Amino acid sequence: MKLTLGPTLFNWPPAKWQDFYFRIADEAPVDAVAIGEVVCSKRIPLLADRVPAVVDRLARAGKEVLLSSLALVTQARERKSTIDLAESEHMIVEANDMSCLARLAGRPHVIGPFINIYNEATAQFFSRRGAARICLPPELPMPSIAAIAKAVPDVVVEVLAFGRIPLAISARCYHARLYGLSKDNCQFVCVNDADGVVVDTLDGEGILAINGVQTLSHSAIDLIADLDELTSIGVGACRLSPLSCDMVAVAALFRAVLDGRLDGEEARGRLISIYPQVPHSNGFLHGRAGADWIDPLSPPRSAAGAADREGARPSAR
Amino acid sequence: MELVCPAGTPAAFRTAVEAGADAVYCGFRDETNARNFPGLNFSRDELAHAVAFARTRHVKTLVAINTFPRAGNLGLWRAAVDDAVRCGADALILADIGLLDYAARVHAGQRLHLSVQAAAANPEAIAFYVETFGVKRVVLPRVLSVAEIASVASAVACEVEAFVFGGLCVMAEGSCLLSSYVTGLSPNMNGVCSPASHVAYRQEGEETVSRLGRFTINRFGPHETAAYPTICKGRFRSAVSNGYLFEEPSSLDAAELVAALRSAGVTALKIEGRQRGRAYVNRVVRAFREALSVLDDGRTVDLQSLNTLTEGNKSTTGAYHKTWR
Repeated sequence: MKLTLGPTLFNWPPAKWQDFYFRIADEAPVDAVAIGEVVCSKRIPLLADRVPAVVDRLARAGKEVLLSSLALVTQARERKSTIDLAESEHMIVEANDMSCLARLAGRPHVIGPFINIYNEATAQFFSRRGAARICLPPELPMPSIAAIAKAVPDVVVEVLAFGRIPLAISARCYHARLYGLSKDNCQFVCVNDADGVVVDTLDGEGILAINGVQTLSHSAIDLIADLDELTSIGVGACRLSPLSCDMVAVAALFRAVLDGRLDGEEARGRLISIYPQVPHSNGFLHGRAGADWIDPLSPPRSAAGAADREGARPSAR
Repeated sequence: MELVCPAGTPAAFRTAVEAGADAVYCGFRDETNARNFPGLNFSRDELAHAVAFARTRHVKTLVAINTFPRAGNLGLWRAAVDDAVRCGADALILADIGLLDYAARVHAGQRLHLSVQAAAANPEAIAFYVETFGVKRVVLPRVLSVAEIASVASAVACEVEAFVFGGLCVMAEGSCLLSSYVTGLSPNMNGVCSPASHVAYRQEGEETVSRLGRFTINRFGPHETAAYPTICKGRFRSAVSNGYLFEEPSSLDAAELVAALRSAGVTALKIEGRQRGRAYVNRVVRAFREALSVLDDGRTVDLQSLNTLTEGNKSTTGAYHKTWR
């Protein structure tokens, strides 16, 4: 099992962004690092002149570098930057929108988590066109992941294993809206919130987080106690999505469990202590509400799922 | 412009045809379509009868098979494609790439539309579907302004369909996991958003509390109408500001933009609402039929009366106006 550091989803100040990746290059036991702006095209110019140095540092440290594309492409400048990215032939591109696909066919590339691959037929389609790796949408349950992994043995199947879960993207900037601004005149207020703005219910319970045009989970997905089963069903890589905590330590914990040096439950406790601000969740993997935590070692009934009202599964499942 | 109208039941289908639809869209009674609600949708026999009835009125039948097939169970979705073709569907509305691939290979020549659930929002993405699967029409996601629609429509080699009225997704369609995060049931996999099975209303003093799964989505005072707890239209708190952080309970009403959408190159207007009753279908379809028939005369029709049919009697033109962003 390999480890991938996903792209930073938040608007971190350029100096912090660069320092973060320099430290990842020097210290984090990850095999691949995806970089690039996925959420908002207005942020692309802020980092542009720092990208070459970061790519160089990561590559010299032996990391495979992936360039991630925007998840929602509508405006002319977004189309152009996505096409330019797809045409950077000496780099491996992670496509997050179908607009990249025609330009990537026939050479190795990665399908990112914002392109919908829900089943083996779709995975095989992308495999035939040259996808070397696919990072699956985060809501897929274990049996779907297993069926997909089995159907594309030549493709590395990756799942999101740590970080806030991307739940939605919009034309509207909710971050700007929070501040009474519009997207076109946003004043880049998203720079204030390194892990997004926490959204609470009116009862004060954390539910979501806002990051520009993107909506994320309040909880952090945490599959560190599920790694044995993920390995056994053929998952080839786990994605760690950057938060403003010690991501080097996060990567080291995952590596230690995968190498058999640390037990999953022990690692889970340590992971919570590295990022204690929010609840950790793994419900999607277990076919439940994504916000739930299901203890992989005991049946779902005893876990957080019991807190919701669904005594019986709806017949639609 | 073609008027594309919703039908959740055979009765609503007949109503839509009689009210002036050019095309009616519907789905099978299972997880293969994005309105998988109890009591809705069509059996195979009902679809075959609907298609036959529509033909006598020169109305087209479009079948939505627009969820993403579950891994290990492709058969349910492939059978839906096969049966829709056998029933005589004029077009299939699909979102999943594997299913598009299947339909294009096995039913060559069958007209395919790209569902809004594929969220193809730019010419390059749309061209991919047109060139790879022979898609004849794209249903645009509700993320584009009218000007952006014009730029897309002029650059693609297929017809363009846009939503004009009804429920409004404020997130890009087909990649919204909000409902799934809270309930475990997903628009993409199960064809439901904020399913009624997970909704509860509770009275607390003077307040009505609406909940979805284990989360409170809104609290309404005694003089407010309690809206359905859809997450993107709930009331929340944050350190910066409180209230409707995403969107108020409201629906799309782009009646004022019908002429602008036509000028932008839109070839079909879609009315949302397969979960709505015959009265809704009848009123909305008749109103837009009238609006389209007078458009050529340079006159406009007052569609204010439709406001009572929108969610919370509130409407928006959504992303069609750039200022909404």
